[in-house]
Amino acid sequence: MMSVTIETPNRPRTRKQANWEKYGWLFMRVSGPLLIVLIFTHLVVNLVLGDGIKAIDFAFVAGKWADPFWQVWDLAMLWLALIHGTNGMRTIVNDYAGQVKVRRALTTTLWAVCALLILLGTLVIFTFDPCPAGASAELLASFCPAQ
Amino acid sequence: MAELSVPTIESFTVTLIVRRFDPENDTEPKWEDFDVEMYGTDRVLDALHKIKWEQDGSLTFRRSCAHGVCGSDAMRINGRNRLACKTLIKDLDISKPIYVEPIKGLPVEKDLIVDMTPFYKAYLEINPFLVATDKPKKERLQSPEDRARYDDTTKCILCAACTSSCPVFWTDGQYFGPAAIVNAHRFIFDSRDENAELRLDILNDKEGVWRCRTTFNCTEACPRGIEVTKAIAEVKQAILRGRA
Repeated sequence: MMSVTIETPNRPRTRKQANWEKYGWLFMRVSGPLLIVLIFTHLVVNLVLGDGIKAIDFAFVAGKWADPFWQVWDLAMLWLALIHGTNGMRTIVNDYAGQVKVRRALTTTLWAVCALLILLGTLVIFTFDPCPAGASAELLASFCPAQ
Repeated sequence: MAELSVPTIESFTVTLIVRRFDPENDTEPKWEDFDVEMYGTDRVLDALHKIKWEQDGSLTFRRSCAHGVCGSDAMRINGRNRLACKTLIKDLDISKPIYVEPIKGLPVEKDLIVDMTPFYKAYLEINPFLVATDKPKKERLQSPEDRARYDDTTKCILCAACTSSCPVFWTDGQYFGPAAIVNAHRFIFDSRDENAELRLDILNDKEGVWRCRTTFNCTEACPRGIEVTKAIAEVKQAILRGRA
Protein backbone atom coordinates (compact mmCIF):
# COMPACT_ATOMS: atom_id res chain seq x y z
CA MET A 1 0.00 0.00 0.00
CA MET A 2 1.28 3.38 -0.92
CA SER A 3 1.56 5.89 1.80
CA VAL A 4 2.10 9.52 1.24
CA THR A 5 4.19 11.46 3.67
CA ILE A 6 3.41 15.10 3.71
CA GLU A 7 6.31 17.14 4.89
CA THR A 8 5.70 19.78 7.50
CA PRO A 9 3.91 22.30 5.36
CA ASN A 10 5.44 25.30 7.08
CA ARG A 11 7.07 27.83 4.91
CA PRO A 12 9.94 29.03 7.01
CA ARG A 13 9.00 32.52 7.94
CA THR A 14 11.62 35.13 7.36
CA ARG A 15 11.87 36.59 10.81
CA LYS A 16 11.15 40.25 10.79
CA GLN A 17 12.88 42.60 13.17
CA ALA A 18 12.10 42.03 16.81
CA ASN A 19 9.74 44.72 17.95
CA TRP A 20 8.50 46.39 21.09
CA GLU A 21 4.82 46.52 20.14
CA LYS A 22 3.86 44.00 22.82
CA TYR A 23 5.52 46.06 25.56
CA GLY A 24 4.12 49.27 24.10
CA TRP A 25 0.61 47.82 24.28
CA LEU A 26 1.17 46.54 27.81
CA PHE A 27 2.51 49.92 28.91
CA MET A 28 -0.63 51.65 27.60
CA ARG A 29 -2.86 49.18 29.48
CA VAL A 30 -0.96 49.61 32.76
CA SER A 31 -0.35 53.36 32.62
CA GLY A 32 -3.94 54.14 31.59
CA PRO A 33 -5.66 53.05 34.84
CA LEU A 34 -2.75 54.43 36.90
CA LEU A 35 -3.15 57.81 35.22
CA ILE A 36 -6.87 57.86 35.95
CA VAL A 37 -6.12 57.51 39.68
CA LEU A 38 -3.15 59.90 39.62
CA ILE A 39 -4.89 62.64 37.62
CA PHE A 40 -8.25 62.55 39.38
CA THR A 41 -6.66 62.54 42.83
CA HIS A 42 -4.50 65.45 41.67
CA LEU A 43 -7.58 67.35 40.50
CA VAL A 44 -9.58 66.67 43.66
CA VAL A 45 -6.72 67.62 45.98
CA ASN A 46 -5.95 70.81 44.07
CA LEU A 47 -9.42 72.01 43.12
CA VAL A 48 -12.00 70.56 45.50
CA LEU A 49 -10.61 69.77 48.94
CA GLY A 50 -9.79 72.45 51.49
CA ASP A 51 -10.45 75.95 50.19
CA GLY A 52 -11.01 74.56 46.73
CA ILE A 53 -9.89 76.42 43.66
CA LYS A 54 -9.26 79.66 45.60
CA ALA A 55 -6.41 78.03 47.48
CA ILE A 56 -4.24 77.65 44.40
CA ASP A 57 -1.38 80.09 44.25
CA PHE A 58 2.40 80.04 44.26
CA ALA A 59 2.50 79.20 47.94
CA PHE A 60 0.14 76.24 47.45
CA VAL A 61 2.40 74.69 44.80
CA ALA A 62 5.51 75.47 46.84
CA GLY A 63 3.90 73.79 49.84
CA LYS A 64 3.05 70.65 47.89
CA TRP A 65 6.52 70.30 46.43
CA ALA A 66 8.09 70.64 49.86
CA ASP A 67 6.54 67.22 50.55
CA PRO A 68 8.39 64.22 48.98
CA PHE A 69 5.03 62.41 48.63
CA TRP A 70 3.69 64.99 46.16
CA GLN A 71 7.07 65.20 44.44
CA VAL A 72 6.89 61.49 43.65
CA TRP A 73 3.18 61.79 42.78
CA ASP A 74 3.82 64.57 40.26
CA LEU A 75 6.88 62.80 38.92
CA ALA A 76 4.85 59.65 38.22
CA MET A 77 2.13 61.73 36.57
CA LEU A 78 4.65 63.56 34.41
CA TRP A 79 6.48 60.49 33.19
CA LEU A 80 3.44 58.27 32.66
CA ALA A 81 1.33 60.94 30.97
CA LEU A 82 4.07 62.03 28.59
CA ILE A 83 5.12 58.53 27.59
CA HIS A 84 1.47 57.41 27.31
CA GLY A 85 0.59 60.39 25.14
CA THR A 86 3.69 60.15 22.97
CA ASN A 87 3.19 56.42 22.40
CA GLY A 88 -0.44 57.10 21.45
CA MET A 89 0.70 59.73 18.96
CA ARG A 90 3.25 57.26 17.61
CA THR A 91 0.55 54.68 16.84
CA ILE A 92 -1.44 57.35 15.01
CA VAL A 93 1.66 58.32 13.02
CA ASN A 94 2.23 54.64 12.19
CA ASP A 95 -1.35 54.43 10.92
CA TYR A 96 -1.38 57.50 8.75
CA ALA A 97 2.20 58.23 7.66
CA GLY A 98 2.74 55.90 4.73
CA GLN A 99 6.24 57.01 3.75
CA VAL A 100 9.05 55.59 5.85
CA LYS A 101 10.97 58.89 5.87
CA VAL A 102 7.99 60.94 7.04
CA ARG A 103 7.13 58.37 9.68
CA ARG A 104 10.66 58.29 11.02
CA ALA A 105 10.92 62.08 11.11
CA LEU A 106 7.61 62.39 12.97
CA THR A 107 8.31 59.69 15.55
CA THR A 108 11.83 61.00 16.17
CA THR A 109 10.42 64.50 16.73
CA LEU A 110 7.76 63.09 19.07
CA TRP A 111 10.22 61.23 21.27
CA ALA A 112 12.66 64.15 21.28
CA VAL A 113 9.94 66.53 22.50
CA CYS A 114 8.81 63.94 25.06
CA ALA A 115 12.35 63.45 26.39
CA LEU A 116 12.92 67.19 26.63
CA LEU A 117 9.67 67.76 28.54
CA ILE A 118 10.36 64.87 30.91
CA LEU A 119 13.86 66.19 31.56
CA LEU A 120 12.71 69.76 32.23
CA GLY A 121 9.76 68.62 34.36
CA THR A 122 11.88 66.29 36.46
CA LEU A 123 14.45 69.03 36.94
CA VAL A 124 11.78 71.46 38.13
CA ILE A 125 10.17 68.98 40.55
CA PHE A 126 13.46 68.19 42.29
CA THR A 127 15.26 71.53 42.16
CA PHE A 128 12.28 73.74 42.89
CA ASP A 129 13.12 76.29 45.57
CA PRO A 130 10.39 78.84 46.37
CA CYS A 131 12.85 81.17 48.08
CA PRO A 132 16.11 80.99 46.14
CA ALA A 133 19.02 82.41 47.98
CA GLY A 134 20.46 85.60 46.58
CA ALA A 135 17.33 86.68 44.70
CA SER A 136 16.36 90.33 44.93
CA ALA A 137 13.72 91.01 47.60
CA GLU A 138 10.95 92.29 45.30
CA LEU A 139 10.98 89.03 43.29
CA LEU A 140 10.55 86.80 46.33
CA ALA A 141 7.21 85.46 47.53
CA SER A 142 5.74 87.12 50.60
CA PHE A 143 6.18 84.02 52.78
CA CYS A 144 9.93 83.86 52.22
CA PRO A 145 12.06 84.85 55.21
CA ALA A 146 13.57 88.29 54.73
CA GLN A 147 17.19 88.10 53.79
CA MET B 1 -71.21 32.00 -5.74
CA ALA B 2 -68.64 33.55 -3.45
CA GLU B 3 -66.33 35.99 -5.04
CA LEU B 4 -62.85 34.63 -5.49
CA SER B 5 -60.33 37.10 -4.14
CA VAL B 6 -56.81 36.81 -5.38
CA PRO B 7 -54.49 38.47 -2.89
CA THR B 8 -52.06 40.79 -4.54
CA ILE B 9 -48.54 40.73 -3.26
CA GLU B 10 -47.48 44.18 -2.27
CA SER B 11 -44.51 45.59 -4.12
CA PHE B 12 -42.58 48.82 -3.80
CA THR B 13 -40.10 50.84 -5.80
CA VAL B 14 -36.67 51.51 -4.37
CA THR B 15 -33.78 53.54 -5.67
CA LEU B 16 -30.35 51.99 -5.54
CA ILE B 17 -27.36 54.29 -5.88
CA VAL B 18 -24.44 52.14 -6.91
CA ARG B 19 -20.76 53.11 -6.86
CA ARG B 20 -19.52 52.25 -10.32
CA PHE B 21 -16.09 52.08 -11.87
CA ASP B 22 -15.14 50.84 -15.30
CA PRO B 23 -11.35 50.54 -15.49
CA GLU B 24 -11.42 50.76 -19.30
CA ASN B 25 -13.22 54.10 -19.51
CA ASP B 26 -13.26 55.78 -16.10
CA THR B 27 -10.48 57.44 -14.18
CA GLU B 28 -12.65 57.96 -11.09
CA PRO B 29 -15.51 55.94 -9.65
CA LYS B 30 -18.95 57.53 -9.96
CA TRP B 31 -22.43 57.06 -8.48
CA GLU B 32 -25.25 55.79 -10.68
CA ASP B 33 -28.87 55.37 -9.62
CA PHE B 34 -31.39 52.69 -10.62
CA ASP B 35 -35.08 52.34 -9.77
CA VAL B 36 -36.27 48.80 -9.20
CA GLU B 37 -39.61 47.22 -8.32
CA MET B 38 -39.11 44.92 -5.34
CA TYR B 39 -41.06 42.69 -2.96
CA GLY B 40 -40.84 42.27 0.79
CA THR B 41 -38.95 39.02 0.41
CA ASP B 42 -36.26 40.51 -1.83
CA ARG B 43 -32.71 41.14 -0.76
CA VAL B 44 -30.18 43.67 -1.99
CA LEU B 45 -28.67 40.92 -4.11
CA ASP B 46 -32.04 40.44 -5.86
CA ALA B 47 -32.10 44.15 -6.64
CA LEU B 48 -28.59 43.97 -8.10
CA HIS B 49 -29.63 40.95 -10.17
CA LYS B 50 -32.70 42.78 -11.43
CA ILE B 51 -30.54 45.72 -12.48
CA LYS B 52 -28.02 43.48 -14.18
CA TRP B 53 -30.63 41.34 -15.96
CA GLU B 54 -33.15 44.01 -16.90
CA GLN B 55 -31.47 47.42 -16.95
CA ASP B 56 -27.71 47.39 -17.29
CA GLY B 57 -25.86 44.17 -18.04
CA SER B 58 -22.49 45.79 -17.40
CA LEU B 59 -23.08 46.04 -13.65
CA THR B 60 -20.39 43.86 -12.09
CA PHE B 61 -20.42 42.17 -8.70
CA ARG B 62 -19.42 38.85 -7.12
CA ARG B 63 -21.87 36.28 -5.87
CA SER B 64 -21.85 32.52 -5.79
CA CYS B 65 -24.19 30.68 -3.47
CA ALA B 66 -26.42 33.70 -2.86
CA HIS B 67 -27.42 32.36 0.55
CA GLY B 68 -24.91 33.69 3.04
CA VAL B 69 -22.50 30.77 2.99
CA CYS B 70 -19.83 31.43 0.37
CA GLY B 71 -18.97 34.98 1.42
CA SER B 72 -18.61 36.38 -2.10
CA ASP B 73 -20.93 39.36 -1.97
CA ALA B 74 -19.72 41.43 0.96
CA MET B 75 -20.33 45.08 0.12
CA ARG B 76 -20.92 48.41 1.79
CA ILE B 77 -24.68 48.95 1.97
CA ASN B 78 -25.79 52.30 3.39
CA GLY B 79 -22.33 52.73 4.86
CA ARG B 80 -22.24 49.36 6.62
CA ASN B 81 -20.48 46.20 5.51
CA ARG B 82 -22.99 43.44 4.90
CA LEU B 83 -23.63 40.48 2.64
CA ALA B 84 -25.98 41.58 -0.15
CA CYS B 85 -27.62 38.15 -0.03
CA LYS B 86 -28.48 38.44 3.67
CA THR B 87 -29.80 42.00 3.67
CA LEU B 88 -33.54 42.27 3.12
CA ILE B 89 -34.49 45.50 1.38
CA LYS B 90 -37.55 45.97 3.59
CA ASP B 91 -35.25 46.11 6.62
CA LEU B 92 -33.48 49.16 5.20
CA ASP B 93 -35.03 52.61 5.07
CA ILE B 94 -36.74 52.37 1.66
CA SER B 95 -38.07 55.92 1.77
CA LYS B 96 -34.52 56.94 0.92
CA PRO B 97 -32.18 55.61 -1.76
CA ILE B 98 -30.00 52.64 -0.84
CA TYR B 99 -26.30 53.26 -1.33
CA VAL B 100 -24.22 50.30 -2.48
CA GLU B 101 -20.42 50.51 -2.64
CA PRO B 102 -17.50 48.08 -2.84
CA ILE B 103 -15.84 47.23 0.49
CA LYS B 104 -13.15 49.69 1.52
CA GLY B 105 -9.41 49.30 1.89
CA LEU B 106 -8.88 46.96 -1.05
CA PRO B 107 -8.24 48.15 -4.64
CA VAL B 108 -11.42 48.33 -6.75
CA GLU B 109 -11.19 46.35 -9.98
CA LYS B 110 -14.63 47.01 -11.45
CA ASP B 111 -17.88 48.31 -9.94
CA LEU B 112 -18.38 46.28 -6.73
CA ILE B 113 -15.45 43.92 -7.28
CA VAL B 114 -12.25 44.49 -5.33
CA ASP B 115 -8.86 42.80 -5.54
CA MET B 116 -8.84 40.35 -2.61
CA THR B 117 -5.16 39.38 -3.00
CA PRO B 118 -3.82 41.37 0.01
CA PHE B 119 -6.63 39.90 2.12
CA TYR B 120 -5.80 36.30 1.18
CA LYS B 121 -2.08 36.95 1.58
CA ALA B 122 -2.56 37.92 5.21
CA TYR B 123 -4.77 34.82 5.66
CA LEU B 124 -2.07 32.59 4.17
CA GLU B 125 0.63 34.04 6.42
CA ILE B 126 -0.95 32.70 9.61
CA ASN B 127 -0.75 29.05 8.39
CA PRO B 128 -4.50 28.37 8.22
CA PHE B 129 -4.26 24.58 8.44
CA LEU B 130 -3.93 21.96 11.15
CA VAL B 131 -0.35 21.10 12.07
CA ALA B 132 -0.13 17.77 13.90
CA THR B 133 2.76 15.34 13.84
CA ASP B 134 1.11 12.40 15.63
CA LYS B 135 -0.14 9.51 13.50
CA PRO B 136 -3.33 8.27 15.15
CA LYS B 137 -5.06 5.15 13.83
CA LYS B 138 -8.45 6.85 14.09
CA GLU B 139 -9.60 10.45 14.37
CA ARG B 140 -7.99 12.79 16.87
CA LEU B 141 -10.22 13.06 19.91
CA GLN B 142 -11.17 16.34 21.50
CA SER B 143 -13.36 17.09 24.50
CA PRO B 144 -16.45 19.26 24.01
CA GLU B 145 -14.85 21.87 26.28
CA ASP B 146 -11.72 22.04 24.12
CA ARG B 147 -13.87 22.24 21.02
CA ALA B 148 -15.88 25.10 22.51
CA ARG B 149 -12.78 27.26 22.95
CA TYR B 150 -12.55 28.07 19.25
CA ASP B 151 -16.13 27.32 18.17
CA ASP B 152 -16.93 30.95 17.38
CA THR B 153 -14.00 31.44 15.01
CA THR B 154 -14.79 28.32 12.95
CA LYS B 155 -17.76 30.19 11.52
CA CYS B 156 -15.66 32.53 9.34
CA ILE B 157 -16.48 32.48 5.61
CA LEU B 158 -13.66 34.84 4.55
CA CYS B 159 -16.00 37.45 3.10
CA ALA B 160 -13.68 40.30 4.21
CA ALA B 161 -16.53 42.32 5.74
CA CYS B 162 -14.58 42.63 9.01
CA THR B 163 -11.16 43.42 7.57
CA SER B 164 -12.58 46.02 5.19
CA SER B 165 -14.51 47.69 8.03
CA CYS B 166 -11.37 48.19 10.11
CA PRO B 167 -10.13 51.81 10.16
CA VAL B 168 -6.58 50.62 10.86
CA PHE B 169 -6.70 48.43 7.75
CA TRP B 170 -8.03 51.33 5.66
CA THR B 171 -4.97 53.46 6.37
CA ASP B 172 -2.38 50.73 6.89
CA GLY B 173 -2.66 47.93 4.34
CA GLN B 174 0.20 46.10 6.05
CA TYR B 175 -1.99 45.20 9.04
CA PHE B 176 -2.97 41.51 9.10
CA GLY B 177 -6.60 42.49 9.62
CA PRO B 178 -9.35 40.89 11.74
CA ALA B 179 -10.11 37.99 9.38
CA ALA B 180 -6.54 36.65 9.42
CA ILE B 181 -6.44 36.92 13.22
CA VAL B 182 -9.82 35.16 13.54
CA ASN B 183 -8.53 32.26 11.45
CA ALA B 184 -5.30 32.12 13.44
CA HIS B 185 -7.44 32.00 16.59
CA ARG B 186 -9.28 29.00 15.17
CA PHE B 187 -6.02 26.98 15.17
CA ILE B 188 -4.18 28.59 18.10
CA PHE B 189 -6.90 27.45 20.51
CA ASP B 190 -7.41 24.03 18.88
CA SER B 191 -6.06 21.41 21.32
CA ARG B 192 -5.09 19.10 18.41
CA ASP B 193 -2.86 21.69 16.76
CA GLU B 194 0.83 21.87 17.62
CA ASN B 195 1.84 25.12 16.06
CA ALA B 196 0.23 27.73 18.29
CA GLU B 197 3.63 29.22 19.20
CA LEU B 198 4.53 29.89 15.58
CA ARG B 199 1.19 31.57 14.89
CA LEU B 200 1.46 33.66 18.04
CA ASP B 201 4.95 34.67 16.98
CA ILE B 202 3.68 35.67 13.54
CA LEU B 203 0.90 37.78 15.05
CA ASN B 204 3.34 39.42 17.50
CA ASP B 205 4.58 41.28 14.43
CA LYS B 206 4.72 45.06 14.13
CA GLU B 207 1.67 44.76 11.86
CA GLY B 208 0.06 42.06 14.00
CA VAL B 209 -2.53 42.06 16.78
CA TRP B 210 -1.10 45.13 18.54
CA ARG B 211 -2.34 47.29 15.67
CA CYS B 212 -5.92 46.53 16.80
CA ARG B 213 -7.47 49.58 18.43
CA THR B 214 -10.62 47.74 19.61
CA THR B 215 -13.07 49.91 17.69
CA PHE B 216 -15.44 46.90 17.36
CA ASN B 217 -16.20 47.71 13.68
CA CYS B 218 -15.27 44.12 12.79
CA THR B 219 -17.63 42.56 15.34
CA GLU B 220 -20.44 44.76 14.06
CA ALA B 221 -19.69 43.94 10.42
CA CYS B 222 -19.43 40.15 10.70
CA PRO B 223 -22.40 38.55 8.88
CA ARG B 224 -21.79 35.33 10.83
CA GLY B 225 -21.99 37.02 14.21
CA ILE B 226 -18.43 36.14 15.19
CA GLU B 227 -17.19 38.16 18.16
CA VAL B 228 -14.14 39.25 16.21
CA THR B 229 -12.77 41.84 18.63
CA LYS B 230 -13.04 39.33 21.48
CA ALA B 231 -11.10 36.76 19.44
CA ILE B 232 -8.36 39.33 18.76
CA ALA B 233 -8.23 40.15 22.48
CA GLU B 234 -7.84 36.44 23.28
CA VAL B 235 -4.92 36.20 20.87
CA LYS B 236 -3.33 39.25 22.53
CA GLN B 237 -3.70 37.56 25.92
CA ALA B 238 -2.18 34.35 24.53
CA ILE B 239 0.83 36.26 23.21
CA LEU B 240 1.32 37.87 26.63
CA ARG B 241 1.11 34.43 28.28
CA GLY B 242 3.40 32.95 25.63
CA ARG B 243 1.02 30.06 24.93
CA ALA B 244 -2.55 29.36 23.86
